[in-house]
Amino acid sequence: MTPNLHLWWIPLLPLIGAAINGLFGKKFSRPAVAGVALTFCGAAFAYASYIASRFSSLAIPYSETLAHWMRAGSFQVDFAFYLDQLSLVMLLVVTGVGFLIHIYSVGYMWEEGGFYRFFSYLNLFMFFMLMLVLGSNYLVMFIGWEGVGLASYLLIGFFFLRDSAAAAGKKAFIVNRIGDFGFLIALFLMIRHFGSLDFSPVFQSVAPMSAETGAAGLLTAIALLLMVGAAGKSAQIPLYVWLPDAMEGPTPVSALIHAATMVTAGVYMISRSHVIFERAPMALTVVAVIGTLTALFAATIGITQTDIKKVLAYSTISQLGYMFLACGVAAFSAAIFHLMTHAFFKGLLFLAAGSVIHAVGGEQDMRKMGGLRKKIPWTFWTMTIGTIAIAGIPPLAGFFSKDEILWRAYQASWVYWLIGLITAFLTSFYMFRLWFLTFTGEYRGSQDAQRHDADTPAAASVPHGGHSHGVHESPMVMIVPLVILAVLSFVGGWIGIPGSLGGKNQFDKFLAPVFHASTPALNSAHTMPGETAPPEQQTEGPEPQTSRTTELIFTGISVVAALLGLGLAWLLYSFQPELPQRIADTLNGLYTTVLNKYYVDDIYAAVLVNPLLAISTNVLWHGVDQNVIDATLNNSADGARQLSDSVRHMQSGNIRSYAGWVAAGAAAVICYMVWLGVRAQ
Amino acid sequence: MQSHILTIILFTPLVGALVLLFIPKENKEAIRWIANIFALAGLLVSIPLVPLFWAVRAEPGFKFVEGVANNWIPSIGAGYVLGIDGISFLLIMLTTLLGWISILSSWTAIENRVKEYYIWFLVLQTGMLGVFMALDFFLFFVFWEAMLVPMYLLIGIWGGPKKLYAAIKFFLYTLFGSVLMLLAVLFLYFYNYHQTGTYTFSIEALYKTAPGIFHDPAYGATYAILLFCAFALAFAIKVPMFPFHTWLPDAHVEAPTAGSVILAGVLLKMGTYGFIRFALPFFPDVAMHPKVRGWMIALSIIGIVYGALVSLMQKDMKKLVAYSSVSHLGFCTLGIFALNGPGLSGSVLQQINHGISTGALFLIVGILYERRHTREIAEYGGISNVMPVYATITMIMFLSSMGLPLLNGFVGEFTILQGTFIENWRWAAWAIPGVVLAAAYLLWLYQRVFFGTVTNPKNEKLHDLTPRELLTFAPLVIMALWIGLYPKPFFEILETPVNQLVQTVRRPNGMMRAYDTPTHVTPEKAGAGN
Repeated sequence: MTPNLHLWWIPLLPLIGAAINGLFGKKFSRPAVAGVALTFCGAAFAYASYIASRFSSLAIPYSETLAHWMRAGSFQVDFAFYLDQLSLVMLLVVTGVGFLIHIYSVGYMWEEGGFYRFFSYLNLFMFFMLMLVLGSNYLVMFIGWEGVGLASYLLIGFFFLRDSAAAAGKKAFIVNRIGDFGFLIALFLMIRHFGSLDFSPVFQSVAPMSAETGAAGLLTAIALLLMVGAAGKSAQIPLYVWLPDAMEGPTPVSALIHAATMVTAGVYMISRSHVIFERAPMALTVVAVIGTLTALFAATIGITQTDIKKVLAYSTISQLGYMFLACGVAAFSAAIFHLMTHAFFKGLLFLAAGSVIHAVGGEQDMRKMGGLRKKIPWTFWTMTIGTIAIAGIPPLAGFFSKDEILWRAYQASWVYWLIGLITAFLTSFYMFRLWFLTFTGEYRGSQDAQRHDADTPAAASVPHGGHSHGVHESPMVMIVPLVILAVLSFVGGWIGIPGSLGGKNQFDKFLAPVFHASTPALNSAHTMPGETAPPEQQTEGPEPQTSRTTELIFTGISVVAALLGLGLAWLLYSFQPELPQRIADTLNGLYTTVLNKYYVDDIYAAVLVNPLLAISTNVLWHGVDQNVIDATLNNSADGARQLSDSVRHMQSGNIRSYAGWVAAGAAAVICYMVWLGVRAQ
Repeated sequence: MQSHILTIILFTPLVGALVLLFIPKENKEAIRWIANIFALAGLLVSIPLVPLFWAVRAEPGFKFVEGVANNWIPSIGAGYVLGIDGISFLLIMLTTLLGWISILSSWTAIENRVKEYYIWFLVLQTGMLGVFMALDFFLFFVFWEAMLVPMYLLIGIWGGPKKLYAAIKFFLYTLFGSVLMLLAVLFLYFYNYHQTGTYTFSIEALYKTAPGIFHDPAYGATYAILLFCAFALAFAIKVPMFPFHTWLPDAHVEAPTAGSVILAGVLLKMGTYGFIRFALPFFPDVAMHPKVRGWMIALSIIGIVYGALVSLMQKDMKKLVAYSSVSHLGFCTLGIFALNGPGLSGSVLQQINHGISTGALFLIVGILYERRHTREIAEYGGISNVMPVYATITMIMFLSSMGLPLLNGFVGEFTILQGTFIENWRWAAWAIPGVVLAAAYLLWLYQRVFFGTVTNPKNEKLHDLTPRELLTFAPLVIMALWIGLYPKPFFEILETPVNQLVQTVRRPNGMMRAYDTPTHVTPEKAGAGN
């Protein structure tokens, strides 16, 4: 019997921190605000670590109910929490990376106004994110799901003095809500067909069902609707448009929410629902195709961006595409593996980029950087590790997780693999482009770049004021998290070294109880005769020895692709720096299209947003409300008034007129009687 | 053994109005204090009802019944009969709470004709409470009309520039509906006499006979549907459902803040309450008639989406909130015509939620209006710099209104949509865009009013909320959190009356419904209906 773990404390701790800072933070000194925020976030991390240390002794999956929440008829939802291997990984990533980013933010935000507000929101975000990963039913997950959206809205709009930031926050929330449309309908379908939203009963109801290989049915519908929600939260085609704009927020927010944690919620949700997805092959295909396309599409935009954070934003979309690809080929543990390593290296890259921006006084345009290697050595070295890690060069973390995904993708279809490989090449290219532009060559920023921020609100995104003399390294409170994340980005992949490279793939084994427990039920009970085994059986778990050589060859190919990207970036941005402009000039139309992000935002505005607004104003409001309904009413009112007005004139007070009316009335009565008499005959 | 708690709750505001009559109108401070004391007293006397009601929540039927049928005007069968069930209990508590908040919020907003203002407001309060308590249709109708006059005057005297147009539009719209309703009730009254041989307006008596009209060979489905339509029109105007909603934006824009709070918070609920209390139990077979139900659902969904879309483009804050009410009330009627447990419980809960959230939204608009005397969104911007506490409370209430989990709006909307989904998934799917759009119009409004720098110099010196203003918001914020976090007691209170209603409407082995048979309306009956 597992003791009560009181998991609910983990989300509650950051909520207490958020409440203290939110209510009283205005009166606190900055160290006190930081102290409160770090204490409660750190306590959540410590408690999560304690649970991790006892994990092997627990009966897994573990669940607990804190209180009843909603009830309507026989359907009931509780505030309940759930712990298994998958939520433990998420828990550690969220609290660990979150805590590091909290520390970093103390330094990064030190000079900003609204310090207490920032940390209150940041803690609030932790609360909702932890609800999301610990919830024991879809509705508690949905609390977190909406709540992280809210925290993201508040944090993107943190610089609410800037219109662009406020607009970006709103756009993120609304686009996410469009995704939630699908999520909600999926929930209602589950309630209707399974009578519950708790993970265990839902999955137990689903487990005996056979895969919907022939015709799409209930499970396919649920899976696709969940995918709509996931696409909104995790910035996949066609709902990715909010994420690049979200870069308006402070850089630690980009690192925490828009790289390491919140945007991976969709991947977590699909992995959590793998029992449903495994039985809906069509939905899996959709997930894989969307993931693959997003990975490639975002990567191509990434190579043209000049804003350092925008490059990382598109890179995040692209990497999330990899995770969806992995989910789509039912390689859920590979997706979670990449989710974890991505949290390390992308968190690191954003924080390092923040340190760069901090160093050059608020400049985010890479064309105005360059030569920063010597000036900010800590940032340089940590960012180098992050770049190598994301590029997929061994033995750093990104190599193992990406290679795992590509290998699984190949087993599903060589098309996925090829596009994934091209994306890997592009990833390496745009990341080293960023690296060369930022750190090598000569410093291209104008000297007044360091003081211009004081007078333009657009540069308010980074601390300034005390830092206006020259490029400088960040304080230790920012360096330490960078170093820790750099170490994790270096070694983080080693827990998942595949068999082909002499490892044991411990990560996959650790998650196996979550992802493989359901598969046997599928086989034993319902695999139809003559049907080939579903792909998930081949893709995870121990692999056949014969494929080992093939797998090594593929590993080699992806390493070569990464190195080619590095080489091309060196050629274009270090060896022949004038070449990129010539290429851009040659491919003018294509280049402009990609630079403008394929005009997707403009197309959405022209096709969806503007017509909707125009219809609302002109057709519904001015048209129906004013010109049809009200006009009809006012006309009938006018008609009634005219009628009464004309009747009113009978009462003129004029004796002769009255006499005339009497005579007319008498005449009418006589005529009527005559007519009656005529008719009677 | 009768308890008189309902009568006490009902007439406390009216006593206040009578006391005010004797205060000289120059003595504004005294008038304000007395009005507020009686408004608070109205809330306080209703609080003992909470534990009393909780103890008997599971008992079927009406509780705390006072009076017996026909005791008032025996010759025509009118009675002073009061009684409540879980549905009216919640609406009464909402009314006493919002009544107190509205009167408190008027302290500085009303400067001319103070005495009349408070008198009419307290009379209105009694009228609204009476509507929710009456168990006799005659009594109900008295209160229903009695509350129309004070509201008309509140808009017409203390309203904005187009107040007369708005007030008359409000009055005529509502009156038109109630006249038809009165005719329908007279039909039921005489039908009851023919069936039982007694003249009575007792609602419980009419419950027994009115459903029979549908199956009565002398009248049949056509009559029943026409009678239902007469009721439905009165209530649809009040809710308001599309396309009878156009009085609402005008009335809200012109009404003083407290009037808007009461109008949105309580008066609109008269419509939904009327559907639940009268239209459904009087005509269960009509409500379940696929065509009638289809129309009601369709109008609800149109209202949801239409209201949200039109809200999006408003330039006047109050008009925006008014149109958002059309959208939110669409959810309430959608839940009602889902005609199942979750739909109806969610609907009543959402009516309470709407009273809390939208009441707060009108207060929020009123705060700015009182300081700047304009509601043009374009006049504002960057308000969170000068009024941070106000901005925070606004954010919480916006989130509640747009249905963020852990706040009240989510619980109601989710339950309604779940109930609707059980009936027909398409209905729910069509309604959900309303949720998406709610986020759009509210966040866009928030962005334009609160974010950015203060561009308009007139806004630089605005002062943040006063303690009195904060006091008006506090109970609303607490209620929003309570319902969001722990709605269970509310569902328990609603369970008994809702189940009873669902059973009435969907009698499990009831008689064959006429439209279930192929020849559902015979030519003779159809002819008789013309």
